[in-house]
Amino acid sequence: MAAANTNSMISLRAVTKRFGNFTAVDAATFDIAAGEFFSLLGPSGCGKTTLLRMIGGFERQSTGEILIDGEPMGTRAPNQRPTNMVFQSYAIFPHLDVAENIAYGLANRPVDKATIARKVAAALEMMRLDGLGNRRTNQLSGGQRQRVALARAIVCEPKVLLLDEPLGALDKKLREEMQIELRQLQKSLGITFIFVTHDQEEALSLSDRIAVMARGKVLQIDTATALYEHPNCREVAGFIGNMNFLEGRIAGVEGGLAAIEIGDGQVVKVPANGQAAAGGNAILAIRPEKIDAHGSATAPQPGTNAIRARARASSYLGDRSLILADWRNGAAPVSVSLQNRKSLSGDGSSGIGIPGPDSELWLTWPVEAGVLLTS
Amino acid sequence: MTAISEAASDQYDQPATRRPEWVDGLWLIAPTLAIVVGMMLVPLLAIIIVSFWTQTGFDLEATWTLENYALLFQPEGKLYRILIVKSLWVSLVATTAVVVLAYPMAYFMAFRIQRGKLIWIILLTVPFWTSYLLRVFAWKVILGFNGVINSGLKAVGIIGPDGLFEKPLEFLLYNPASVTITLAHAWAAYAVLPIYVSLEKIDRSYLEAATDLGDSKWKRFWRVTFPLSLPGTIAAILLVFIPTVGDYITPTLVGGPSGIMIGNSIANQFIKSNNAPLGAALSCVMMLAITVAVCLFLMAIGKKRLKGADI
Amino acid sequence: MQFLRRHLNPLSFFAVSYLLFLYVPVLLLPLFSFNDDIYVRLPLTGFTLQWYKNLMNNTSLLSALWSSVQVGIGVSLVSTLLGLMAARAMTRYRLPGRRGIYGLILLPLVIPYMVIGVSTLVILRRMLDVDLTLWTVGASHVLITVPLSMLVLMARMEGFDRSLEEASRDLGDSAWKSFRRVTLPLVMPGIVSSFLLCFITSFDEYLLAFFLAGSDATLPIFIFSSLRFPNKIPDVLALGSLILMVSIVLVVFAEWLRRRGVSGSDSSVI
Repeated sequence: MAAANTNSMISLRAVTKRFGNFTAVDAATFDIAAGEFFSLLGPSGCGKTTLLRMIGGFERQSTGEILIDGEPMGTRAPNQRPTNMVFQSYAIFPHLDVAENIAYGLANRPVDKATIARKVAAALEMMRLDGLGNRRTNQLSGGQRQRVALARAIVCEPKVLLLDEPLGALDKKLREEMQIELRQLQKSLGITFIFVTHDQEEALSLSDRIAVMARGKVLQIDTATALYEHPNCREVAGFIGNMNFLEGRIAGVEGGLAAIEIGDGQVVKVPANGQAAAGGNAILAIRPEKIDAHGSATAPQPGTNAIRARARASSYLGDRSLILADWRNGAAPVSVSLQNRKSLSGDGSSGIGIPGPDSELWLTWPVEAGVLLTS
Repeated sequence: MTAISEAASDQYDQPATRRPEWVDGLWLIAPTLAIVVGMMLVPLLAIIIVSFWTQTGFDLEATWTLENYALLFQPEGKLYRILIVKSLWVSLVATTAVVVLAYPMAYFMAFRIQRGKLIWIILLTVPFWTSYLLRVFAWKVILGFNGVINSGLKAVGIIGPDGLFEKPLEFLLYNPASVTITLAHAWAAYAVLPIYVSLEKIDRSYLEAATDLGDSKWKRFWRVTFPLSLPGTIAAILLVFIPTVGDYITPTLVGGPSGIMIGNSIANQFIKSNNAPLGAALSCVMMLAITVAVCLFLMAIGKKRLKGADI
Repeated sequence: MQFLRRHLNPLSFFAVSYLLFLYVPVLLLPLFSFNDDIYVRLPLTGFTLQWYKNLMNNTSLLSALWSSVQVGIGVSLVSTLLGLMAARAMTRYRLPGRRGIYGLILLPLVIPYMVIGVSTLVILRRMLDVDLTLWTVGASHVLITVPLSMLVLMARMEGFDRSLEEASRDLGDSAWKSFRRVTLPLVMPGIVSSFLLCFITSFDEYLLAFFLAGSDATLPIFIFSSLRFPNKIPDVLALGSLILMVSIVLVVFAEWLRRRGVSGSDSSVI
């Protein structure tokens, strides 16, 4: 992962940023391929924006090196880099109109006025801003401002487009529209996008790959499915979607499956990862929607994991129901998400509807649905 | 202000520079600092030093002495003592008058004017675009022996052989009262604008909340509006008080013999009496008096605000 | 009727009276400047432009006016430039000892001019033996106007998003070009305000000029000395009225410029 290969547009090598004693980005080392839609995802303060700003040249790394298209960037200023940025606040110049904003970067290129005008017109059309070229920027809506910011960066034909939470200021509906537009835009332009967001759904739906960051560290880089199905640590598992963590001890490893003793004599199985060794502490992570809940009378089927639990609370959420169940004294309750496929007034032969408080349950899940976290 | 810009500059490193980025900032601000140090701190230091020297003829003698300060505590220094106290007092009265008159005006502009606030601000500042000297002089014209009031009263017969008064009213001009009125007029904009700004900044929902919680209009004013406008009001008080203590023009033009203030006396030491060390000592005492007055004021405000926070 | 009811309340009445209090003394100056009585007194005797005509022939007045204009322009240029640099340093850099520096630069605002005047006089004349000229006046005026300029420009610079400058760097501008294409146009209204404020402060300043001008009179010095001679007063009134008029024109112009700057576009940039 560390080595820069010929396909990579961006190559980060141990990029670190310190502010005094605080390490904002800690030895980030990874590659981003040309034409990739790459997201940096993490809670606020995790260092994702700092990392993006270092790639753009707005901040200088304390140590490490950033290569763009094979070229080391060193201490190059933003105007010396083949990147363009869409700012969180959009940074639309208030003293210029829409067309002048879009033409801003082109004025720094050796191109004649006619070419600039043509490119601006094309950008206006592409971003569905036709006819707004002479508009004052204070007359634009949020979505329009967003598109002006995008157009302004794209006309410069950067090798990499940096987007710093560009959808954060938009309302939910507009944000969803813009997500689709962004994705289409990236596909049609083929430019590498680096997208910073704290919204996991946004990252999952848009990106080819996602880097999950926390406390300045890059925890995992993977596709959306891989991050969701195979998180590599508790932090990633907890940050993306909801996750139950059952803590225990590895009783043994056999045939690619690890048996985990999770207390009260209950043993569950989970696909072993490379580091699993008998006797070690382990966490079994299991998503709420992978668990099924059965009335206590129903015997667990062989080949699935099953634990005894008692319903504590439940809530009906329309498309699904959420059950919170206690399974062992002192352990965090397990949450179970059940699809409400059948009407609740139905016979409930497979599901149980919403179990009442204190009803006894079997919680079951297929062995391969769990994830073993050894850290 | 400080916190925000420090936090903001936190993230903005200049990537192209190898030295710490604030070095550039220091270069930018260095010429201004040089001017303040060279033209302000050095002369202030000089005048403090000179205040411990003596004057012989036209020359300063660099022999250290406390004589200039001692004079203020001796019977011969009574005049200076009176002038300092009087200057502080006149300034205080004028400041009170300015702020008490300015507050309702600022309130009016902030809360009653819905549209065209800018026009009111301009209306308010236009009189201040004429020379300070002439604004002060205008009061001399109004209040003088042959001034507008007296000649006006004379024209309508109130002053004259058959009128209420036989002779023009002399008490109008050349006394501390005329100085106070003139100062109150001359410094009005300095008081209205800061108060207006802090009133304007008050979130209207605070007022609605106060009403919602049962305050009457007056109660709401004293419990919400006024406390929130204190920063501007304090700024206004200091902006008017500090410069007026040492004012020279106003007492000279409209003060007359009984209206002169410490500033006149200091100027005299340098121009007429040629006693720079005494003038220097008086300057130092005046600055000290202003500082003490301002500190006392701020402490009083601070205590009150603390008490207010306890409730 | 509704208009009256809305505006006939004690506070509005007070506001109007307050404006009268501010304006009446000031408006007396133009009023009497057209009166053909040599003394400033009522009743008005007749209309004349005599005093305005006198101004044109008053050489000492004209030379004092010229001195003041020179000093004023020089001071506002220097102070605005220094203020621009200082404001940028204060708003864009993390200066060590920022609060101390800020307080130090604002210090001249809270020291009485009398003290600044006499202490500068002492150091220039008694210690350094520098001749008093318009330059010494100008230097002291820079001292008292730099903090004003810095405050005005800081307010302006804090008012706009830092990422605007970053965006221009991102779109290919060098540091200097970014300053010229983005920062300067956005700060321009502040620069105009700073220039006007510094000019008017310098143009109107009497005390420092009185101590530091030597034999070169500035306009306030001329006016002050004229006030002692009743026969010169009508001329001074005419002069004061002209200053008032020019000031109003300037202020309106500056306001117009400011408004244009806020919402306007600068098509010359591309």
